Amino acid sequence: MTVKELAKQFEYEILCVPDPDREVEGGYTGDLLSWVMGRLESGNAWVTIMSNINVIAVAALADPACIILSEQVTPDEGVLERAEVQGINLLRTSKSSFDVCAELASIS
Amino acid sequence: MTEHVNFHFEIDGENFTSAGEASVRIKKNLREMGFSPEIIRRVSVAMYEGEINMVIHANGGTADVDIYCDRIEIVLSDRGPGISNIELAMQEGYSTAPENVRSLGFGAGMGLPNMKRYTDDMKIESKVGEGTTISMTVWV
Ligand SMILES: Nc1ncnc2c1ncn2[C@@H]1O[C@H](COP(=O)(O)OP(=O)(O)OP(=O)(O)O)[C@@H](O)[C@H]1O
Ligand SMILES: [Mg+2]
Repeated sequence: MTVKELAKQFEYEILCVPDPDREVEGGYTGDLLSWVMGRLESGNAWVTIMSNINVIAVAALADPACIILSEQVTPDEGVLERAEVQGINLLRTSKSSFDVCAELASIS
Repeated sequence: MTEHVNFHFEIDGENFTSAGEASVRIKKNLREMGFSPEIIRRVSVAMYEGEINMVIHANGGTADVDIYCDRIEIVLSDRGPGISNIELAMQEGYSTAPENVRSLGFGAGMGLPNMKRYTDDMKIESKVGEGTTISMTVWV
């Protein structure tokens, strides 16, 4: 399933999707950045409540298919612009991290 | 590819917003040079952890990346407080990160272990009050 299709199916809000046709392969959740850095696999959907700019740097290196901000967190100033420049797909939802992971598991 | 390319970066210790930019640059360079995704991931993750450590713990420093046909060498050097007990610092979960950076998601104590795990060779030289130099090699 592509990022675009994922957002549509589960009604995730699209904050910025510079690469809508990127294929989602599994998921990972975590808020401790160096933990995510070591464990996330390329192509995963990354579910997190962290909303600062460092999340974009981690994504640029660890290469998730998209970031899903859960619990309706608001990205800090400059995050959207940086995501756009770096080609990082950024979605958002009011659902909990647990519920998003359950949805990701249902399509994996 | 020419025999050897060097990239040098000054890492700003004040700026959390730009932290990681050098690693992102290296990732792009390696991709353009045609290295495999696996090698690119290992190099850029290890470098990012070292880069961010210099920002959080050492008020900045320098990064040098030397790219050869058969290996990539990363040297991170700072004039920060140094690491008094390297063995302890290398343990998963050990962190002295202050509260304000923990709230950004740092401080899991996984940075140095990630650097070790993702590189073939890692050497830490550190002197309390003088600084820290970390050298890492990834064989292609
Ligand atoms: N360049 C450095 N200068 C001084 N101390 C350092 C340096 N790098 C690491 N340390 C020390 O080693 C500890 C462990 O580093 P490590 O990167 O594993 O964890 P962290 O940076 O605290 O958290 P994380 O990397 O998970 O966000 C740090 O908390 C700090 O005390
Ligand atoms: Mg660290």
